[in-house]
Amino acid sequence: MLTERKTDNRITRLFEAQKKDVLSIYVTAGFPKLEDTCRVLEALEKAGADMIEIGIPFSDPVADGETIQASNKVALDNGMSLKLLFEQLEGIRKRVSIPLLLMGYINPILQYGMEAFCKRAQEIGIDGLILPDLPIVEYREFYKETMDACGLSNILLVTPQTSESRIRMIDDSTDGFIYLVSSNAITGKTGEMSAAQKSYFERIIAMKLKNPTLIGFGISDAKTFNTACHYASGAIIGSAFIRTIANSTDLDGDIAAFVRSINKKQ
Amino acid sequence: MTTYQVNERGYYGNFGGAFIPEMLYPNVEELRTRYLDIIEEPSFQEEFQQLLKDYVGRPSPLYFAKRLSEKYGTKVYLKREDLNHTGAHKVNNTLGQILLAKRLGKKNIIAETGAGQHGVATATVCALMGMDCIVYMGEVDIERQKPNVGRMKLLGAKVIPAMSGSRTLKDATNEAMRHWISNPVDTHYIIGSVVGPHPYPDMVARFQSVISEEMKWQLKEQTGKEDPDCIIACVGGGSHAMGAFYHYLDREQVRLIGAEAAGLGISTGESAATTFIGRAGVLHGSKTLLMQTEDGQVVEPYSISAGLDYPGIGPVHAHLHDTKRADFFAVTDMEAMAAGMELCRLEGIIPAVESAHALAVLKKEQFKENEVVVINLSGRGDKDLETYLRELKRKTPH
Ligand SMILES: Cc1ncc(COP(=O)(O)O)c(C=O)c1O
Repeated sequence: MLTERKTDNRITRLFEAQKKDVLSIYVTAGFPKLEDTCRVLEALEKAGADMIEIGIPFSDPVADGETIQASNKVALDNGMSLKLLFEQLEGIRKRVSIPLLLMGYINPILQYGMEAFCKRAQEIGIDGLILPDLPIVEYREFYKETMDACGLSNILLVTPQTSESRIRMIDDSTDGFIYLVSSNAITGKTGEMSAAQKSYFERIIAMKLKNPTLIGFGISDAKTFNTACHYASGAIIGSAFIRTIANSTDLDGDIAAFVRSINKKQ
Repeated sequence: MTTYQVNERGYYGNFGGAFIPEMLYPNVEELRTRYLDIIEEPSFQEEFQQLLKDYVGRPSPLYFAKRLSEKYGTKVYLKREDLNHTGAHKVNNTLGQILLAKRLGKKNIIAETGAGQHGVATATVCALMGMDCIVYMGEVDIERQKPNVGRMKLLGAKVIPAMSGSRTLKDATNEAMRHWISNPVDTHYIIGSVVGPHPYPDMVARFQSVISEEMKWQLKEQTGKEDPDCIIACVGGGSHAMGAFYHYLDREQVRLIGAEAAGLGISTGESAATTFIGRAGVLHGSKTLLMQTEDGQVVEPYSISAGLDYPGIGPVHAHLHDTKRADFFAVTDMEAMAAGMELCRLEGIIPAVESAHALAVLKKEQFKENEVVVINLSGRGDKDLETYLRELKRKTPH
């Protein structure tokens, strides 16, 4: 077994304590303004988000739709970089206690150096990573040990096309949670869930995975969030949140209102 | 022994791999596990070879360029990929891939294009096979390669402008990948060069390898020897260069030269000469040399030629560069335009601006009188008429 011992971090502890309605929010670092990163994190925690994925901006985000692409560009134009992100996050654990993940394409991380990156993430108090274009074979062969040693859960994706045997392999290779990509799509879609999506989620439930699941891509409002929560431990919202803060003149207020609009139970 | 072939894991030395999001895994894995078996099937080979002959017009001539040879004091042969149907080498690959896509049961085809040659070659084989075709093309390239946009439309393809980034080849590739993520089931993505996740670089190289396969017997016929002294090709992603190098990779006595687009010059910040200003990085699914900032952001490339305006190169070329098996030259816009115009006047051949970069190497490297130098003339210059005429006007204003 690859992951006999579960990583002990804020993600695994969260899912032990809370099995339902976990609301995870994706935000691009350095967006909408360069210095907004930490302010957004604090506001999200205060508003009742359960977990945050901090996006490391990249020039060529191929798995992302227009909204997140545009936010990446704004962040880069603002002068955001991985080095600067780590500087901004220094001391964040004095102010934010919910699980924090870093999400990013692999190239900026390879340029920083994977080992240095993991160590720095650990020092800051990051709990997990989502690296969509890091192949699972490379992760298992070269990076898993480092990530485990730094207490980082590497979150892996499952899509409607992922085979059952591969889902089992993914379930064995990771802890924290499994990121269920809701449909064959890039980020940013809106609208209701289809019957095909629901049967895909049911297929996953029937597999009784050892990891909890969160549904992401296309979760944009209370309705889609609640549907997702019916099939998984919770859901991830990205583009809809980015749109909310893109032109905000009252970040704290808009973030509070957004989270409230999704998660009525708060 | 150093090997220049891809290994089990999809790597050429330190370069290659398949750095793709999980959404693309089933498609790429299907290709990886099936491409070799399909390509080696007799029925595939029969259909492919027949179409290369009757539809593409292969073999493409190997032409001894007498006046060019006299000018440079060496023996220059041009491998005339410009005479292929659709006007460039690209069709060798699109034909191979569409036959493969058919055998995989795919219904729809997508492609990216820079110069529009790959887009035209894809639209062409889609018409031939009755398949739906969408081509992504950067908005800037749509403007500078208008004739090819018209050809694609005439052939029934839908051309979708890529509006992000530098609005050139890199961005068109991003959009094609996004389309594939959103339509994974019955769509095949025909990548136009030896780039992308494994097995694309190897698959495309195999389809283009017909170039050096023919060169071997053509050279034997014309010079008495299969080996030339040197092969020169321009490198965007590097597909026709790879096609021309393929059967000579292990013959170390044959010198291999790649010509990269230096744009306004490699130190100007307006360039696409990846081996000169790139570092190892990951883009479009493979680890390769990549033009990037210290932070790992991809740098927008620049070249006068849309087909070379790309911030990376195929991983196999990164490996050839690493192992010093191939030499790379940086050719500026001006040098390429001069070399292209020279070929017009010396040989009556209007080359693609991409191919003109390879021709410009003759001015940078002195070859001996009895040396045999093959230049892979990847395409014809019809699409570049406006660019050439602008240059002509600049040179002779009255
Ligand atoms: C005529 C011509 N030559 C060369 C290239 C560069 O491609 P590659 O390096 O893959 O051969 C292109 C690409 O569009 C082209 O149209």
